[in-house]
Amino acid sequence: MSFWNKIKKNENIYYAVTNTKVQIGVVLFLLILLLSIIGPMITRYSYTEFAGPGYEPPSSDYWFGTTIQGRDVFTQTVFGLRSTILVGFIGGLIASIIGVIIGLIAGYKGGWLDELLMMLTNVVLTFPTLAVLIIVAAYLPYRGIVNMAVLVGLTVWPWTARAVRSQTMSLKNSRFVDLSRISSNHIIRILFEDIAANMFSYIFMVFILQFLGTILATVGLEFIGLGPTRGISLGLIMQQAVNWNALELGMWWWGIIPGLILTIMIVSLYFINTGLDEAFNPKLREF
Amino acid sequence: MADTEETVLEVKDLKAYYRVMKGDVKAVDGLNFTVRRGEILGVVGESGCGKSTLAYSLISLNKPLQHISGEANLLGQDLMKLSSEEKRKLKMKNISIIPQYALDAFSPTKKIKTFIKDMVKQHGRRADKEFMDKVKTRFEIVNLSHSVLDRYSMELSGGMKQRVVMLISSLLDPDLIIADEITSALDVTSQRYVTTLLADLRDEGIIGSAIFITHDLATLYQIADRIMVMYAGRLAELGNADEIVHNPRHPYTRALINSLPRIGIQHKDERLTGIKGTPPDLTDIEEGCRFRFRCQYRTEECDKSPKMEKTHQRHYIRCWNYESVGSDKNE
Amino acid sequence: MGKYFAKKLVIYPATFFVAVTINWAVPRFMPGDPILSMIAQFQGLEGGQQIIQERFIENFGLDQSLIIQYFEFWRSLFRGDLGISLMIYPRPVFDIIKSSIIYDIIIVFPAVSLSWIVGNKAGAYSGFNKKADSFVMPFFYFLASSPYFWFAIVVVYVFGFRFGVFPTSHAYGTGMTPGFTLPFIINFIRHWFLPFFTMFLVGLGGWAIGMRNMIIYEKKANYSEYMKALGAKDKLVRRYAFRNGVLPQVTGLAIQLGTIISGAILVQMVFSYPGLGYRMVQAVQTQDFFLLQGCFLALITMALAANFIVDIVYMIIDPSIRASYEEEG
Repeated sequence: MSFWNKIKKNENIYYAVTNTKVQIGVVLFLLILLLSIIGPMITRYSYTEFAGPGYEPPSSDYWFGTTIQGRDVFTQTVFGLRSTILVGFIGGLIASIIGVIIGLIAGYKGGWLDELLMMLTNVVLTFPTLAVLIIVAAYLPYRGIVNMAVLVGLTVWPWTARAVRSQTMSLKNSRFVDLSRISSNHIIRILFEDIAANMFSYIFMVFILQFLGTILATVGLEFIGLGPTRGISLGLIMQQAVNWNALELGMWWWGIIPGLILTIMIVSLYFINTGLDEAFNPKLREF
Repeated sequence: MADTEETVLEVKDLKAYYRVMKGDVKAVDGLNFTVRRGEILGVVGESGCGKSTLAYSLISLNKPLQHISGEANLLGQDLMKLSSEEKRKLKMKNISIIPQYALDAFSPTKKIKTFIKDMVKQHGRRADKEFMDKVKTRFEIVNLSHSVLDRYSMELSGGMKQRVVMLISSLLDPDLIIADEITSALDVTSQRYVTTLLADLRDEGIIGSAIFITHDLATLYQIADRIMVMYAGRLAELGNADEIVHNPRHPYTRALINSLPRIGIQHKDERLTGIKGTPPDLTDIEEGCRFRFRCQYRTEECDKSPKMEKTHQRHYIRCWNYESVGSDKNE
Repeated sequence: MGKYFAKKLVIYPATFFVAVTINWAVPRFMPGDPILSMIAQFQGLEGGQQIIQERFIENFGLDQSLIIQYFEFWRSLFRGDLGISLMIYPRPVFDIIKSSIIYDIIIVFPAVSLSWIVGNKAGAYSGFNKKADSFVMPFFYFLASSPYFWFAIVVVYVFGFRFGVFPTSHAYGTGMTPGFTLPFIINFIRHWFLPFFTMFLVGLGGWAIGMRNMIIYEKKANYSEYMKALGAKDKLVRRYAFRNGVLPQVTGLAIQLGTIISGAILVQMVFSYPGLGYRMVQAVQTQDFFLLQGCFLALITMALAANFIVDIVYMIIDPSIRASYEEEG
């Protein structure tokens, strides 16, 4: 049976769609995604222009208020969201691909290859990611969205590798994979059609976690000043807020609102992930 | 052998269904039987016939399994009507279970002796020296070294774990113990051992009576006093072990006995017979005898559910046509 | 257990080796030759550039082959010579690290321990009480999703400025002389509190979620069913489930250490709290290359040490590892 047919037959999809957590999470995430897409289109200002007087709290003219120089926080936020989501997507994709490949190989092959890959994974896992990113990013002459995403993606994959490996190991010993083996299918076919198809839901969940992991790491870098050299990003907004003593001056909207939106997005992703976990794992389904 | 007339368990028209999204799975649909002190009642049937559900409905009724109607009187108290605290007090002391998952029945982070002490305290007993001596005697009965007490379950073999579970489940001398497929995961020698052990425990008076659930009729015959044959959630036939095995009256019982392999006969001489067809889906199943689609003695009457009839002393059957089946000596 | 230990013993040196190599390699192989650009910084100094350039060449061994440079790097590492800070010239980097590391430890260690302990209890409670679960979980999710620095910003605003209860930057007030005097200690603690509080709350969320999920899983395990079938009260079942749920939480601690330390760096930035993280970022901003290197290595070492401790703890509490030890012995 081909890859797609195996997925469609899943009753798991039914459970996934009817799960409350998934529903809430998806709605929240879509709202924010919408904000990042439509926001830049409907705003009157650009994120660099001096839209109005500084120190303005949120109002009908300036939905999220203005910065100390008078830039519109809403505009900055929605443009920054775009950049952040893009980085998360690219970085998450890279991390997932690396993690899945390493996890599949380690889990399926076992033996010394497994030991070696796990050692590599553990080494990367032990490093405080931000510290490594700081060192490398500090020396990059130019930091764009793509190379930031790649950089971050290269440091967050270990979690995926471990998770995928343990899933692969338990699937490897299951009966239907044995059947594939007996029918002399090529190993790549087994890996992808049988194991990956069953892990599709799992891999999807893993991607969500890598997506948000990348975003958190990137925003951290941005906050320190090591984000993309051009453009605006959420971390940068908050860095500026802190550097200009926004909080001391009572300008809570500048420092807190962009981060709040980010946090809500991450919460929504966690909700989706937990909900999917419940949906796909019969043991967790409450009756 | 039943040495007194005391009834330990009386089940009257017990119904327990799994209430799930697609409907009601009528796993136990009107069971009637009794167990007397000293008796071992074997419960046998194909996978999915409801025998394990019977065990769960007596001991641990968890959603989606629900009690629909009927009684289960343990020493006079209806288990179905008790509050959870009242029922909890009866567990392990009056009614106990040796579960199917013996290999997985222990917490990996507790030593065996810790588990025993904790469980015993739950029932108000003190795990003092005197009690632990009794525990050690039990260890000897099941042929286990005392050192097992200081071990974690992962250090024990499958056979050892099975024996420890039997020991713990029977530790407080329950009036009735349910053995749920305790031989299914074992090799033949261990099966023999565990089966005999159950009978020994009964003989020593450690357990008052037992319900031995299994799909393996041959094993059952070794120790069961009476046998209840279940099919698709209902009783097919219930009676004395000898009678059931040597003189089966229900078509299903006959088919079951006939499908047992016999020693000394090879495949080339005589083929193994199975029972044609598969058990029915129990979801929202309709009325009528549930075996009729696979039965060679089927008549029109069988579209109505047969009533439970008493053929003679403590022998019951649910079949419209058992009399003609009985006279038909074709093997 | 021997095998378990052996594997662990290889990982630590391996990680350290990789860290040192990254440290050594990054500035040398990055496009744009950062070393030259750093030397170029000192163009303005009269004759000073000459001295700095010589110092650089000496320290980096730029006139030698790459391999020799690499070995020299290790040699100076073992001598404890991490170079001299450019920003706080001429203070030795090792010195700066020694005085900064205490600030990391006093925030991270209590915050992590407390958030782990309290988080586990809270998560277990949530796992056992369905009603409490739906109220409490969203709160934990929110905490766990908050970027460390953003939450720090919120804490600073609410407790620092809005309600003015705690100071919001540095380790102690200007004008205070360090010493074991009561006023200094109180002042120190007051400065310590908000960064600690931030790290505690954010961490709490994650542990609570993890433990809650473990409990839900353990509740349905066969051993739980067996205990209930034998008439165990809920309290005992919970105790057993908790004990089993704790194990993966300890492993989780080891895995999360990297993230926690990353978070600590960010929190230090918001509070200008003078730990290694703060110094490291300062080093980047002032292009103080030696300090940056030194802080990086120190942070990695801290992470490794913490990992090691957690591994030992895990070995003690997981019977399966001890059991295999007895078998071997």
